[in-house]
Amino acid sequence: MKIMVAIKRVVDYAVKIRVKPDKTGVETTNVKMSMNPFCEIALEEAIRVRESGRAAEVIIVSMGPQQCVDTLRTGLAMGADRGIHVETRETLFPLSVAKLLKALIDVEKPELLIMGKQAIDDDFNQTGQMVAGLLNWPQGTFASKVVLDKEKQAVTVDREVDGGLETLCLDLPAVITTDLRLNQPRYATLPNIMKAKSKVIKKYTPDELSVQIKSDLEIVQVTEPPKRKAGVLVSSVDELIDKLKNEARVV
Amino acid sequence: MGSSLVLAKFSGHTNRIHCRFFGSRSTVTERNPVFSTINADDIAQFKEILGEKYVIQDEERLLAANTDWMRKYKGSSKLLLQPRSTAEVSQILKYCNSRCLAVVPQGGNTGLVGGSVPVFDEVSGVLVCEAGCILENLVSFLDNQGFIMPLDLGAKGSCQIGGNVSTNAGGLRFVRYGSLHGNVLGRRVWADTFRDGSLELSRIPLETMAIVAHFVSVSKRTSSMSVHVGSLEAVLANGTVLDMLGTLRKDNTGYDLKHLFIGSEGSLGIVTKISILAPPKLSSVNLAFLACKDYVSCQNLLLEAKRKLGEILSAFEFLDGNSMDLANVLILGTNIYVHASREKLEAFLLRSMEGGLISDGVLAQDMNQALSFWRIREGVPEALMKAGAVYKYDLSLPVEKMYDLVEAMRIRLGPAAEVIGYGHLGDGNLHLNISLPEYNDNVLAQIEPFVYEWTSKHRGSISAEHGLGLMKANKIHYSRSPESMASVTKWNQLNREELPLGASEEVFMVEKKIILSCRSVGTRSKL
Repeated sequence: MKIMVAIKRVVDYAVKIRVKPDKTGVETTNVKMSMNPFCEIALEEAIRVRESGRAAEVIIVSMGPQQCVDTLRTGLAMGADRGIHVETRETLFPLSVAKLLKALIDVEKPELLIMGKQAIDDDFNQTGQMVAGLLNWPQGTFASKVVLDKEKQAVTVDREVDGGLETLCLDLPAVITTDLRLNQPRYATLPNIMKAKSKVIKKYTPDELSVQIKSDLEIVQVTEPPKRKAGVLVSSVDELIDKLKNEARVV
Repeated sequence: MGSSLVLAKFSGHTNRIHCRFFGSRSTVTERNPVFSTINADDIAQFKEILGEKYVIQDEERLLAANTDWMRKYKGSSKLLLQPRSTAEVSQILKYCNSRCLAVVPQGGNTGLVGGSVPVFDEVSGVLVCEAGCILENLVSFLDNQGFIMPLDLGAKGSCQIGGNVSTNAGGLRFVRYGSLHGNVLGRRVWADTFRDGSLELSRIPLETMAIVAHFVSVSKRTSSMSVHVGSLEAVLANGTVLDMLGTLRKDNTGYDLKHLFIGSEGSLGIVTKISILAPPKLSSVNLAFLACKDYVSCQNLLLEAKRKLGEILSAFEFLDGNSMDLANVLILGTNIYVHASREKLEAFLLRSMEGGLISDGVLAQDMNQALSFWRIREGVPEALMKAGAVYKYDLSLPVEKMYDLVEAMRIRLGPAAEVIGYGHLGDGNLHLNISLPEYNDNVLAQIEPFVYEWTSKHRGSISAEHGLGLMKANKIHYSRSPESMASVTKWNQLNREELPLGASEEVFMVEKKIILSCRSVGTRSKL
């Protein structure tokens, strides 16, 4: 059985995001880019399933410009078996990504697609659901626990929902999107980085997959949150109460 | 609130020293009778200068100022002053000087050598926690402007001053918390400061800028802080404000006074303003955490790294197996911290691995991973503190001799104590730590003076970056010749000729502490 994992190259989690002066998006030039943390968790889970002997191969997919190959190399160093890069310079929105993934799944025929529940750059949280819809596969979103039963051809997923957990049993093939608590991704060790250099990354273009990239969304404006105002020191409790009553109007 | 000075109110019992109050041999220091004691008039005077609010006599707040980070030394100061401007610092010092009151300036009070503890009843100068906040704000502010602070301190996160500052990747962590920067630092003030990449901190009001001499003296991972200090302003003991500010890169008009203040541990004056040259931010930062089978491999790896990586190598740290136990990881590691081309680093590491210099390792794939590697290295001192009592020695030694001392010490102490070595291998700076359940005079007698004699014999320095403080005040002769000490004493006398002082060399270090010893601010920094 094969597992496909979608990984996205995003602005590093630890970088302070800056909005472009013309408000068309966030600054990405000269900014450290890394694998989306949710995707790392997805990949880690796939590798663990393979290591437990319940899957034979982990294929990672990334879409976007040439630099996505670096992110794929990181994934290969973590332990993925091979990579697929769909190269395009166009802006990709969730529906296009979902269509491209569907096309790749038709080619590779994996029985499980694991991906992050969202990317930390655009926070869409749509792609997993859309692919499941396009493929007509069951989906287990926001997974915090994944147990695969190979004999029954089913997977049990614990989902984090408001106020508790929901446990689902999905028939394979299925789509799983991962939440933060699913696992702790591993580091890429030097021996594995070395091995990753000889692993294969196959290239596709959207045309080869017969997917037309068109944007059904338009980003109107990106703005920074309002700056926090400085606090003030009050000299007495009475003054504080007065301010709470008359200025903040909270008591 | 910016800087503050602790004033000790002195009541009767003069020379009771509470040194190493967790029960160990106290440093032999006597209160100098030259100094007067504080009376009600003095307090009234200070209140007039600073206002009621900044003259602190509250027991609890004083306790914090009277105890060092290691909880090894305890002072008995009864008064804490918190001046907010250079003018206030100047007035206080002038007054204290005229009354012959002793002063101990203090910063974040995170020093490792007991430098900022008012042992007697001195007027203690505190540039308290504000300084810590400032540096964090500075880092985030600079980051926004595309610059970084040129220094990296080990104690980030808990250290108040300087602790939260870092270069490169370390600094990047704090950009997420820099929410105050917009409010604290006026944009107008900064408008013309970045033209040549220099950042003039002096223009920030003192509320936001409290850095004292010792903080500045802390050497950074790759080069000495003095390289980065553009200029500074200091207040001398008699209240004179010495303005050495300026943004010139070159200024050969006689003696470069600022260098005297850097590393003087406050014996010459209190630094009130400083300007720092901030290098542009690096877009590529890579960090590897490696395991080597023994110290010799670490050493060879350093040589190779220097040769092959050249200018892109920005830090090379090491921790021994024992340190890692405490940090719950079991590898003997070297920590290479490199910016610029990832391929270059990767290629180097793979070659070294094939060559057998590295036995295992990981390469950080994103900044969070890099930060977690740093946390292992930087968490060692904290872990040691939790393990019980620690005797810390901060030594400069030739790289090839560095680890011999750790081994010699292990043999010497046997199973009675845990001997741990870590530090900045790239700079030949060893942090020798001896960890035991509690401070013990018998063990201490085994360690000292052996450690100093060993260091002296191998032509090392007994204080690489922590400073002398109280702990090593009378150990200076292990690293300095009598001639150089005599010359320093003479110079120091010139500097404060108003005060009637003894001239002998021994007195120097003790006097130095008491007179105007604005020791350690961010000293914990270089753990």
